[in-house]
Amino acid sequence: MTAHDWWIIAPELAAAGLAALLVIADLALRNKRILAELAVIGLAAPLFFSLNLWFGWYGDTTDPSALFGAITADRFALFFHFLLIGVSAAVILASTKYLERMPGLRGEFLALMLFSMSGMMMLVSAKELVAIYVSLELTALPVAALAAFHRGARSVEAGLKFLVLSAIASALLLYGMVYIYGFTGSTNLEIILQRLNEIPSQPDQPFGSYGVLLGVVLIVAGFAFKMAVVPWQMWVPDVYEGSPTPLAAFLSVASKAAAFAVIIRVLYAAFGSEPLTQDWSGLIAALAAVTMTVGNLLALSQKNIKRLLGYSTVSQAGYMLAGVAAVSANSGSAGFIAGPQGVLYYLMGYAFTNLAVFLSVIAITHRTGNELISGLNGMGRRSPVVAMLLTVGLLSLLGVPPTVGFMSKAFVFSAAVNSGLIWLAVIGVVNTAVSAYYYLRIVRAMYFEEPSSDEPIRADLRALAATGTAAAGVAVFGIGPWFLLKLAEESLTIL
Amino acid sequence: MTLENVLLLSAALFSIGIYGVMSRRSIITTLMSIELMFNAVVVAAIAFSRFTLPASLANVESPVQAAAVRLALTGHVFAVFIIAVAAAEVALGLAIVFALYRVRETTEITDAATMKN
Repeated sequence: MTAHDWWIIAPELAAAGLAALLVIADLALRNKRILAELAVIGLAAPLFFSLNLWFGWYGDTTDPSALFGAITADRFALFFHFLLIGVSAAVILASTKYLERMPGLRGEFLALMLFSMSGMMMLVSAKELVAIYVSLELTALPVAALAAFHRGARSVEAGLKFLVLSAIASALLLYGMVYIYGFTGSTNLEIILQRLNEIPSQPDQPFGSYGVLLGVVLIVAGFAFKMAVVPWQMWVPDVYEGSPTPLAAFLSVASKAAAFAVIIRVLYAAFGSEPLTQDWSGLIAALAAVTMTVGNLLALSQKNIKRLLGYSTVSQAGYMLAGVAAVSANSGSAGFIAGPQGVLYYLMGYAFTNLAVFLSVIAITHRTGNELISGLNGMGRRSPVVAMLLTVGLLSLLGVPPTVGFMSKAFVFSAAVNSGLIWLAVIGVVNTAVSAYYYLRIVRAMYFEEPSSDEPIRADLRALAATGTAAAGVAVFGIGPWFLLKLAEESLTIL
Repeated sequence: MTLENVLLLSAALFSIGIYGVMSRRSIITTLMSIELMFNAVVVAAIAFSRFTLPASLANVESPVQAAAVRLALTGHVFAVFIIAVAAAEVALGLAIVFALYRVRETTEITDAATMKN
């Protein structure tokens, strides 16, 4: 490895190093309360190295590719580095009170979460199939351990379900990857595209041959697990219900963002030329339509708030997939990146929105211990600030202007219309109308139902700061989306 | 021995693995079936590596020996990574099964499931 390689993978190494440091600090320090603060402050290191790669302050960073082309630190990867680091910091800040209920295990919880984050950072940087697979497992295995963290019956069940389904999904993904490798002779995404354009293809077969088609379908099926897309939606509500709530917040935002990053990179980098795009666009569009509909219909009848939010993230993944499917023009033209640009903006806005929702739910439920929607009754009176932040988040999930949720849906659906997927945009709008029922039901419970007791609930200040920042982001980037749009556009110059 | 035969063997192993995951009630058997699926992938990876011409050699008149060997081994490297990660996966899986047995005194999937819609 050269000095250049070290600079490129410095953010991932710093994140993994921080996680290892926390395990040691957990053993050495007597005062465990500062571990969470240590983790948040320590996240400055991967953030600094990512900023360094973006602006090019130190070291030789002109060529973003490292380790024989397996890892790249291009703008696209760095965009997601910022998102992942921000999400992890917010989740850790908001869960310090929650973690104090687990004496002796705080260090492991934080360390596993950061190991998973370093895997996600590697995943968004990888542009080679073996590296993608290994980093995908690095994100999944700590999450399975975290889901089983409480050691209660439901928590262990959540961990087991996650592990078994994630293993099946990776087996499908690997089978697909091996077929792509076999039919193109390479595992590097750029060389795969080059080879697909060179090798003789049958015009009547999708992707030029059935072998490549099998590979692409299996790869999409494997990533669908991570994105929580139908038919892999069944683990979501169970894992969200059984696992510690901070993990559910982390999974619903960070894990989903990383999975969307890698599927955009694989589809646009390895299968991004003209006849190929048409072949996968239809597949993704169908998945998007089914996912948003199934997620919404199943959310309607939920009574547990965490299960409801689980199904809500499934339907949100469906809306995002509509943006991935919206590939219209050929590479290099302006219309080519409209869809992914919408998805990147959606993911950033969704991170703010879903964090505001989940962190508010953590702040309330860890005091009341009641995870039913009826447990939120009268929270408008008992905890006015948290109830207001939760309402802002829910309105943004629903897509009410002027929140960021409205703008992201507008961008994604208009990209879908522009690429000829009008039916998909119509299904999306109908689904949004349906989702009003269950999002507004929570708001109604908080403001129009009688509380079970009048005792006020005081939120932890650090948690309130993290939740408030997320809710402020929802409003600010909804009213003024230009900064995020510009950032997303600049990140997509690699396509 | 042709590439097609090995790929058929790999597909058969993979299908048996999927069948095992879907039909068996014991979590231990489920983990074994998942292992079978990974091994099917390993067989396919080695077969592709052995029988197909890597991209680096296809267009080069006189292949540079070092680069050629490195790229021709891609499938083997893939296989080694899969084996290593699968081992980690099973270790974690068994740890969770132990935790489950401690709480519920069962290793059957149907007995362990409590969460429903």
